[in-house]
Amino acid sequence: MEILVASAIGLMTATGLFLILQGRSFPVIVGLTFLSYAVNAFLFAMGRLTVDLPPIITPGAAYTDPLPQALVLTAIVISFGMTALIVVLGLRGFLETGSDRTDLSLADAAEEHVPAPEGEDAGRERGGAARA
Amino acid sequence: MNNWIIMPAVLPAFTAAFLLLTLRHRLVAQRIVSIVATALGLLVAVGLAVQASDGVPQAYRLGDWPAPFGIVLVLDRLSATLLVLTGVLALCVVLYAAAGWDRRGQHFHTLLQFQLLGINGAFLTGDVFNLFVFFEVMLIASYGLMLHGGGAARLKAGFHYVAINLIASALFLIGVGLIYAVTGTLNMADLAMKVPEVAPADQGLLKAGALLLFLVFATKAALVPLHWWLPATYAATSAPAAAIFMIMTKVGAYAILRVYGLVFGAEAGALALVAAPFVLPAAVATLLLGTVGVVGSRSLRSLSAFAIVASMGTLLIALGLFDQAGVSAALYYIVHSSLAGAALFLLAGLVLEGRGTMGDRLLPGPAMRGEVLVGGLFLLCAVAMVGLPPLSGFLGKVMILEAVRSSASWPWLWALILGTSLALTLGFVRAGAVLFWASGPAGEGPRRRLAPLPLTAIVLLLALTGAWTGAAGPAMVWMEGTARQALDRAAYVEAVLGPTNHRSAGRGE
Repeated sequence: MEILVASAIGLMTATGLFLILQGRSFPVIVGLTFLSYAVNAFLFAMGRLTVDLPPIITPGAAYTDPLPQALVLTAIVISFGMTALIVVLGLRGFLETGSDRTDLSLADAAEEHVPAPEGEDAGRERGGAARA
Repeated sequence: MNNWIIMPAVLPAFTAAFLLLTLRHRLVAQRIVSIVATALGLLVAVGLAVQASDGVPQAYRLGDWPAPFGIVLVLDRLSATLLVLTGVLALCVVLYAAAGWDRRGQHFHTLLQFQLLGINGAFLTGDVFNLFVFFEVMLIASYGLMLHGGGAARLKAGFHYVAINLIASALFLIGVGLIYAVTGTLNMADLAMKVPEVAPADQGLLKAGALLLFLVFATKAALVPLHWWLPATYAATSAPAAAIFMIMTKVGAYAILRVYGLVFGAEAGALALVAAPFVLPAAVATLLLGTVGVVGSRSLRSLSAFAIVASMGTLLIALGLFDQAGVSAALYYIVHSSLAGAALFLLAGLVLEGRGTMGDRLLPGPAMRGEVLVGGLFLLCAVAMVGLPPLSGFLGKVMILEAVRSSASWPWLWALILGTSLALTLGFVRAGAVLFWASGPAGEGPRRRLAPLPLTAIVLLLALTGAWTGAAGPAMVWMEGTARQALDRAAYVEAVLGPTNHRSAGRGE
């Protein structure tokens, strides 16, 4: 079981990292989600892997460590909220600039497209070109 | 148990909820409540600093659960000092924002209060996982503040900022998981006791966990090569948000000091000072890169952001010594660089507003209104940031130069710090000359009047840096005591786990 869990975590982390390094916001978001899944599974396994044991201490009986489960719950809630936020952010960025590229140099972009209305049109064209 | 210890976290939390629930659409009332609450928070922080001045750390057990099982908040001179600094900065930022910045988006004051909750909590907590939670609270609020006012450039920079912090959070959790797997505890005092006793076979895992955490804190503190988010974010966000973010880099420095000075400190056995070999080279690179950025910047906000990177490098050179002289010099410099950096960013906001379509780009343009006044304030900001007398940057750098004498490579560090100071001076002189001397006659069209509140906030911050020089004697005595306490493992453990036998302290009371 250790090998299965460990390789699953490794695979998810590798997938996540590969996707995060892509140049579009959608793969980056999916990659972040993969990474947070991997982290959650990792954190869960840190209390040692046990099968069919309650997270409650009873005298004389074996139990599984409850603390990592509490930590994972907190981590899940936080990463869920963050993922929702970054989805909205990516969407707003796409709607406002017409492009979902993540590698825009901001200072340069601001200097190259000074007038905002024109920038918006240019952005739409860029977005169209990117989609085509 | 001293119940005031939780006030710096509770007060902003309730203020934020109150603002959100009852005053959503009443901006003037929001401003009043926010200013009053921030001022009260500052008073509480000062009160806590007075209580902490006796040099004995105090622990607050949440829900009165005994220490290694429940979460504790710990008040000592280090956390009290940083709480006061946060309060001062927040008050100046609220005053600045109340002049109209808060009208450009929704919930500025609510987000600011939530951010204060996260920052104050991070300074107080004595539990590594709770530190993660407060980091997240602080970051969630900072995402909102960073995007305040909107705009395409800000959204794009915001996406980067959020993505980088999500990756850092994932690393934080992996580090926390590894540390828990090896030691079975996340309470900092309990960890400090257990780390030296870890079996040799597990030390590799624990070291990996500790260094992953260091990566996270280094990202927050903008250490090279993890600093790239900072110039992009700070240069794209609004002035008050950037000014309050000034304290967020210091949260990273604080976490490095707390975790690697105390838990993995000099007494941690095989893992003693596990991060120390990485701090100094990274800090040197940070200082160099920040200086190059200042010299090469094309806008005032990006120049300010790189100046912050350089100042983080300077202070981490001293902090990375992890001895009393280094830490106390770094703490003096933390206060100085937060005040001066916030003033610089607030001023960059005024310049951005005043120059109309020219923005804050470093190109000659028509003169802005109140040019002499704003230019004079810029001169003072530059003097403070570069570290020239009479403002406190000078004394801060002198203390850091004194402190690094204990390092074997001190001649190189002296040459570096003094050389970069010269280059920073050149960068600021160039910016000031272009912005305020080379400006042409005033352009046509309506020009914004300078509002009194933002000027008050900037003058207040600069006056405080001046006062920090004037009070350097007592401040240094205070910081030396703070540094001694921050590196004193036994007193911290005793405050949290009770005066039991230190060898078996892990089981609590």
